[in-house]
Amino acid sequence: MIFDVKITISLKSGMLDPEACAIQHALSNLGFETEYLNNSKLFSVGISADDSESAKAKAEEMCDRLLANPVIHSYSVEVTE
Amino acid sequence: MRFAVLQFGGSNCDKDALHVLRDVCGVDTDLIWYREGLKRDYDGIVIPGGFSYGDYLRAGAIATRTPVMADVVRHSEKGGLVLGICNGAQISAESGLVPGVFTINEYPKFICRDVFLKVGNTDSPFTSAYSEGEVISLPIAHKEGRYVASPEDIEALERENRVAFRFCDENGEVTPESNPNGTTGNITGVLGKGGNVLAMMPHPERASEDVLGSSDGKKIFDSMISYIESL
Repeated sequence: MIFDVKITISLKSGMLDPEACAIQHALSNLGFETEYLNNSKLFSVGISADDSESAKAKAEEMCDRLLANPVIHSYSVEVTE
Repeated sequence: MRFAVLQFGGSNCDKDALHVLRDVCGVDTDLIWYREGLKRDYDGIVIPGGFSYGDYLRAGAIATRTPVMADVVRHSEKGGLVLGICNGAQISAESGLVPGVFTINEYPKFICRDVFLKVGNTDSPFTSAYSEGEVISLPIAHKEGRYVASPEDIEALERENRVAFRFCDENGEVTPESNPNGTTGNITGVLGKGGNVLAMMPHPERASEDVLGSSDGKKIFDSMISYIESL
Protein backbone atom coordinates (compact mmCIF):
# COMPACT_ATOMS: atom_id res chain seq x y z
CA MET A 1 0.00 0.00 0.00
CA ILE A 2 1.28 3.47 -0.86
CA PHE A 3 0.82 6.15 1.76
CA ASP A 4 1.04 9.85 1.05
CA VAL A 5 3.26 11.27 3.77
CA LYS A 6 3.65 14.97 4.44
CA ILE A 7 6.88 15.79 6.27
CA THR A 8 7.30 19.31 7.63
CA ILE A 9 10.75 20.45 8.72
CA SER A 10 10.81 23.60 10.85
CA LEU A 11 13.40 25.48 12.84
CA LYS A 12 13.19 24.79 16.57
CA SER A 13 11.53 27.59 18.47
CA GLY A 14 13.94 30.32 19.42
CA MET A 15 16.22 29.66 16.42
CA LEU A 16 16.99 32.73 14.33
CA ASP A 17 15.38 32.50 10.88
CA PRO A 18 16.95 35.24 8.71
CA GLU A 19 14.99 34.25 5.59
CA ALA A 20 11.67 34.48 7.45
CA CYS A 21 12.69 37.92 8.76
CA ALA A 22 13.46 39.09 5.21
CA ILE A 23 10.13 37.73 3.89
CA GLN A 24 8.24 39.38 6.74
CA HIS A 25 10.00 42.65 5.94
CA ALA A 26 9.06 42.36 2.24
CA LEU A 27 5.42 41.70 3.17
CA SER A 28 5.54 44.80 5.34
CA ASN A 29 6.77 46.79 2.31
CA LEU A 30 3.58 45.67 0.53
CA GLY A 31 1.44 46.85 3.44
CA PHE A 32 0.91 43.43 5.05
CA GLU A 33 1.76 43.69 8.73
CA THR A 34 2.24 40.24 10.28
CA GLU A 35 2.55 39.25 13.93
CA TYR A 36 4.92 36.40 13.11
CA LEU A 37 6.09 34.42 10.10
CA ASN A 38 7.64 30.96 10.19
CA ASN A 39 9.38 29.36 7.26
CA SER A 40 9.14 25.56 6.93
CA LYS A 41 10.05 22.97 4.34
CA LEU A 42 7.33 20.55 3.22
CA PHE A 43 8.11 17.20 1.62
CA SER A 44 5.36 15.13 0.06
CA VAL A 45 6.60 11.54 -0.07
CA GLY A 46 4.96 8.36 -1.34
CA ILE A 47 5.95 5.48 0.94
CA SER A 48 5.09 1.81 0.41
CA ALA A 49 4.30 0.16 3.74
CA ASP A 50 1.98 -2.41 5.27
CA ASP A 51 0.21 0.11 7.47
CA SER A 52 0.27 3.81 8.35
CA GLU A 53 2.32 3.22 11.52
CA SER A 54 5.21 1.70 9.59
CA ALA A 55 4.94 4.43 6.92
CA LYS A 56 5.22 6.99 9.70
CA ALA A 57 8.18 5.17 11.25
CA LYS A 58 9.98 5.15 7.88
CA ALA A 59 9.32 8.87 7.43
CA GLU A 60 10.65 9.62 10.92
CA GLU A 61 13.80 7.66 10.17
CA MET A 62 14.23 9.72 6.97
CA CYS A 63 14.01 12.87 9.10
CA ASP A 64 16.49 11.58 11.67
CA ARG A 65 19.01 10.45 9.06
CA LEU A 66 18.78 13.18 6.41
CA LEU A 67 15.87 15.56 6.13
CA ALA A 68 16.31 17.35 9.47
CA ASN A 69 19.38 18.44 11.39
CA PRO A 70 18.58 17.84 15.06
CA VAL A 71 20.76 20.76 16.16
CA ILE A 72 18.35 23.29 14.65
CA HIS A 73 15.28 21.47 13.32
CA SER A 74 12.10 19.84 14.57
CA TYR A 75 9.78 17.88 12.29
CA SER A 76 6.25 16.59 12.04
CA VAL A 77 4.89 13.70 9.96
CA GLU A 78 1.33 13.33 8.67
CA VAL A 79 0.25 10.13 6.92
CA THR A 80 -2.76 9.75 4.61
CA GLU A 81 -3.70 6.84 2.36
CA MET B 1 53.25 11.27 3.72
CA ARG B 2 50.20 11.50 1.51
CA PHE B 3 47.16 13.75 1.55
CA ALA B 4 43.79 13.39 -0.15
CA VAL B 5 41.53 16.20 -1.34
CA LEU B 6 37.94 15.10 -1.84
CA GLN B 7 35.95 16.17 -4.86
CA PHE B 8 32.14 16.14 -4.87
CA GLY B 9 29.81 17.31 -7.60
CA GLY B 10 29.85 21.07 -7.01
CA SER B 11 33.16 21.27 -5.14
CA ASN B 12 35.04 24.28 -6.47
CA CYS B 13 38.02 24.83 -4.15
CA ASP B 14 39.38 21.31 -4.60
CA LYS B 15 42.11 22.28 -7.04
CA ASP B 16 43.14 25.28 -4.93
CA ALA B 17 43.71 22.94 -1.97
CA LEU B 18 45.50 20.45 -4.24
CA HIS B 19 47.77 23.23 -5.55
CA VAL B 20 48.71 24.42 -2.07
CA LEU B 21 49.49 20.92 -0.83
CA ARG B 22 51.34 19.71 -3.93
CA ASP B 23 53.01 22.82 -5.32
CA VAL B 24 53.39 25.12 -2.33
CA CYS B 25 53.96 22.59 0.47
CA GLY B 26 55.47 19.86 -1.73
CA VAL B 27 53.35 17.03 -0.32
CA ASP B 28 52.11 14.04 -2.36
CA THR B 29 48.37 14.57 -2.72
CA ASP B 30 45.60 12.68 -4.50
CA LEU B 31 42.41 14.26 -5.78
CA ILE B 32 39.65 11.80 -4.89
CA TRP B 33 36.37 11.83 -6.83
CA TYR B 34 33.73 10.90 -4.27
CA ARG B 35 32.61 7.79 -6.14
CA GLU B 36 36.12 6.31 -5.97
CA GLY B 37 36.14 6.20 -2.17
CA LEU B 38 39.38 6.06 -0.22
CA LYS B 39 41.32 3.12 -1.59
CA ARG B 40 44.32 3.52 0.70
CA ASP B 41 45.31 5.12 3.99
CA TYR B 42 46.03 8.84 4.04
CA ASP B 43 47.78 11.01 6.60
CA GLY B 44 45.52 13.97 6.02
CA ILE B 45 42.22 14.56 4.22
CA VAL B 46 40.95 17.92 3.03
CA ILE B 47 37.22 18.40 2.41
CA PRO B 48 37.26 21.46 0.17
CA GLY B 49 34.92 24.38 -0.30
CA GLY B 50 32.26 24.79 -2.95
CA PHE B 51 28.58 24.10 -3.31
CA SER B 52 28.32 20.34 -3.25
CA TYR B 53 25.01 19.25 -4.76
CA GLY B 54 23.91 22.86 -5.06
CA ASP B 55 23.47 23.16 -1.30
CA TYR B 56 20.18 21.29 -1.82
CA LEU B 57 18.33 20.53 1.42
CA ARG B 58 21.07 22.11 3.57
CA ALA B 59 24.67 23.02 2.81
CA GLY B 60 26.68 19.81 2.99
CA ALA B 61 23.70 17.53 3.71
CA ILE B 62 23.88 15.47 0.51
CA ALA B 63 27.68 15.11 0.40
CA THR B 64 27.62 13.90 4.00
CA ARG B 65 25.55 10.86 2.99
CA THR B 66 27.99 9.63 0.31
CA PRO B 67 30.05 6.46 1.00
CA VAL B 68 33.35 8.34 0.81
CA MET B 69 32.33 10.29 3.91
CA ALA B 70 31.95 7.01 5.80
CA ASP B 71 35.61 6.39 4.81
CA VAL B 72 36.51 9.84 6.15
CA VAL B 73 34.73 9.18 9.45
CA ARG B 74 36.63 5.89 9.82
CA HIS B 75 39.89 7.74 9.06
CA SER B 76 39.10 10.30 11.76
CA GLU B 77 38.19 7.61 14.28
CA LYS B 78 41.71 6.20 13.85
CA GLY B 79 43.11 9.65 14.66
CA GLY B 80 43.73 10.75 11.06
CA LEU B 81 43.66 14.47 10.30
CA VAL B 82 40.64 16.00 8.54
CA LEU B 83 40.49 19.64 7.48
CA GLY B 84 37.04 20.84 6.37
CA ILE B 85 37.08 24.23 4.66
CA CYS B 86 33.88 26.24 4.06
CA ASN B 87 31.53 23.70 2.40
CA GLY B 88 33.92 21.13 3.85
CA ALA B 89 33.25 22.61 7.30
CA GLN B 90 29.50 22.34 6.71
CA ILE B 91 29.99 18.70 5.65
CA SER B 92 32.18 18.03 8.71
CA ALA B 93 29.46 19.36 11.00
CA GLU B 94 26.69 17.45 9.19
CA SER B 95 28.83 14.31 9.55
CA GLY B 96 29.21 14.79 13.29
CA LEU B 97 33.00 15.17 13.00
CA VAL B 98 32.54 18.42 14.91
CA PRO B 99 29.49 19.41 16.98
CA GLY B 100 26.90 21.94 15.82
CA VAL B 101 25.99 23.24 12.38
CA PHE B 102 27.03 26.06 10.06
CA THR B 103 23.77 27.63 8.95
CA ILE B 104 22.48 30.70 7.13
CA ASN B 105 24.13 34.03 7.97
CA GLU B 106 22.31 36.40 10.30
CA TYR B 107 21.91 38.80 7.39
CA PRO B 108 21.07 36.22 4.75
CA LYS B 109 23.42 37.18 1.96
CA PHE B 110 26.64 35.80 0.51
CA ILE B 111 29.70 37.47 2.05
CA CYS B 112 33.02 37.42 0.18
CA ARG B 113 35.83 39.42 1.74
CA ASP B 114 38.96 39.30 3.85
CA VAL B 115 38.47 39.06 7.61
CA PHE B 116 40.69 39.04 10.67
CA LEU B 117 40.84 35.96 12.84
CA LYS B 118 42.24 35.39 16.30
CA VAL B 119 43.95 32.05 16.80
CA GLY B 120 42.40 30.48 19.88
CA ASN B 121 44.40 27.28 20.18
CA THR B 122 48.02 26.75 19.23
CA ASP B 123 48.28 23.19 20.54
CA SER B 124 46.28 21.47 17.81
CA PRO B 125 47.70 19.60 14.79
CA PHE B 126 46.29 22.43 12.62
CA THR B 127 47.45 25.51 14.51
CA SER B 128 50.80 24.70 16.10
CA ALA B 129 52.67 26.98 13.66
CA TYR B 130 50.78 30.02 14.98
CA SER B 131 51.63 31.88 18.14
CA GLU B 132 49.18 32.32 21.02
CA GLY B 133 46.61 35.01 20.22
CA GLU B 134 48.06 35.63 16.76
CA VAL B 135 45.84 37.72 14.47
CA ILE B 136 45.69 36.54 10.87
CA SER B 137 43.84 37.56 7.74
CA LEU B 138 41.98 35.06 5.56
CA PRO B 139 39.14 35.40 3.06
CA ILE B 140 35.61 34.17 3.72
CA ALA B 141 33.09 33.37 0.99
CA HIS B 142 29.82 31.95 2.24
CA LYS B 143 26.13 32.44 2.88
CA GLU B 144 25.83 29.66 5.44
CA GLY B 145 28.62 30.16 7.94
CA ARG B 146 26.85 31.10 11.16
CA TYR B 147 27.91 28.51 13.72
CA VAL B 148 25.10 27.24 15.95
CA ALA B 149 25.42 24.54 18.61
CA SER B 150 23.68 23.60 21.82
CA PRO B 151 24.74 25.55 24.95
CA GLU B 152 26.28 22.31 26.26
CA ASP B 153 28.38 21.89 23.11
CA ILE B 154 29.51 25.54 23.16
CA GLU B 155 30.47 25.18 26.82
CA ALA B 156 32.44 22.01 26.04
CA LEU B 157 34.24 23.71 23.12
CA GLU B 158 35.29 26.58 25.38
CA ARG B 159 36.26 24.34 28.30
CA GLU B 160 38.29 21.97 26.12
CA ASN B 161 39.94 24.78 24.16
CA ARG B 162 38.48 23.56 20.88
CA VAL B 163 37.72 26.95 19.32
CA ALA B 164 40.53 27.31 16.79
CA PHE B 165 39.51 30.65 15.24
CA ARG B 166 37.24 33.56 16.06
CA PHE B 167 36.43 36.61 13.98
CA CYS B 168 38.12 39.70 15.41
CA ASP B 169 39.16 43.21 14.44
CA GLU B 170 42.63 44.13 13.20
CA ASN B 171 43.81 44.57 16.80
CA GLY B 172 42.66 41.10 17.77
CA GLU B 173 39.64 42.29 19.72
CA VAL B 174 36.74 39.83 19.43
CA THR B 175 33.81 42.22 19.06
CA PRO B 176 30.22 42.06 17.74
CA GLU B 177 31.27 44.51 15.00
CA SER B 178 33.96 42.12 13.74
CA ASN B 179 31.46 39.26 13.48
CA PRO B 180 30.40 39.26 9.80
CA ASN B 181 27.72 36.53 9.88
CA GLY B 182 26.23 36.52 13.40
CA THR B 183 28.05 33.36 14.41
CA THR B 184 27.88 32.25 18.06
CA GLY B 185 30.73 33.78 20.06
CA ASN B 186 32.47 34.89 16.82
CA ILE B 187 33.40 31.21 16.35
CA THR B 188 34.46 30.24 12.83
CA GLY B 189 36.90 27.37 13.36
CA VAL B 190 36.05 24.36 15.53
CA LEU B 191 38.09 21.32 16.51
CA GLY B 192 36.51 17.88 16.84
CA LYS B 193 36.49 15.93 20.07
CA GLY B 194 39.90 14.32 19.51
CA GLY B 195 41.47 17.49 18.12
CA ASN B 196 42.19 15.76 14.80
CA VAL B 197 39.38 17.43 12.82
CA LEU B 198 39.23 21.16 12.07
CA ALA B 199 36.11 22.63 10.49
CA MET B 200 36.55 26.26 9.45
CA MET B 201 34.61 28.68 7.26
CA PRO B 202 37.56 30.91 6.15
CA HIS B 203 39.70 29.76 3.24
CA PRO B 204 43.36 29.10 4.15
CA GLU B 205 44.03 27.63 0.69
CA ARG B 206 43.25 31.03 -0.85
CA ALA B 207 45.84 32.71 1.37
CA SER B 208 48.88 30.46 1.27
CA GLU B 209 51.13 32.44 -1.06
CA ASP B 210 52.39 36.02 -0.68
CA VAL B 211 51.56 36.70 -4.33
CA LEU B 212 47.88 36.27 -3.42
CA GLY B 213 48.08 38.96 -0.74
CA SER B 214 48.43 36.76 2.33
CA SER B 215 50.18 33.54 3.26
CA ASP B 216 48.63 33.41 6.73
CA GLY B 217 46.67 30.28 5.78
CA LYS B 218 49.74 28.24 4.88
CA LYS B 219 50.56 27.73 8.56
CA ILE B 220 47.53 25.45 8.83
CA PHE B 221 48.98 23.12 6.19
CA ASP B 222 52.48 23.53 7.69
CA SER B 223 51.08 22.59 11.12
CA MET B 224 49.41 19.47 9.71
CA ILE B 225 52.64 18.40 7.97
CA SER B 226 54.73 18.97 11.11
CA TYR B 227 52.27 16.99 13.17
CA ILE B 228 52.34 14.04 10.76
CA GLU B 229 56.16 14.16 10.64
CA SER B 230 56.25 14.05 14.44
CA LEU B 231 54.25 10.80 14.66
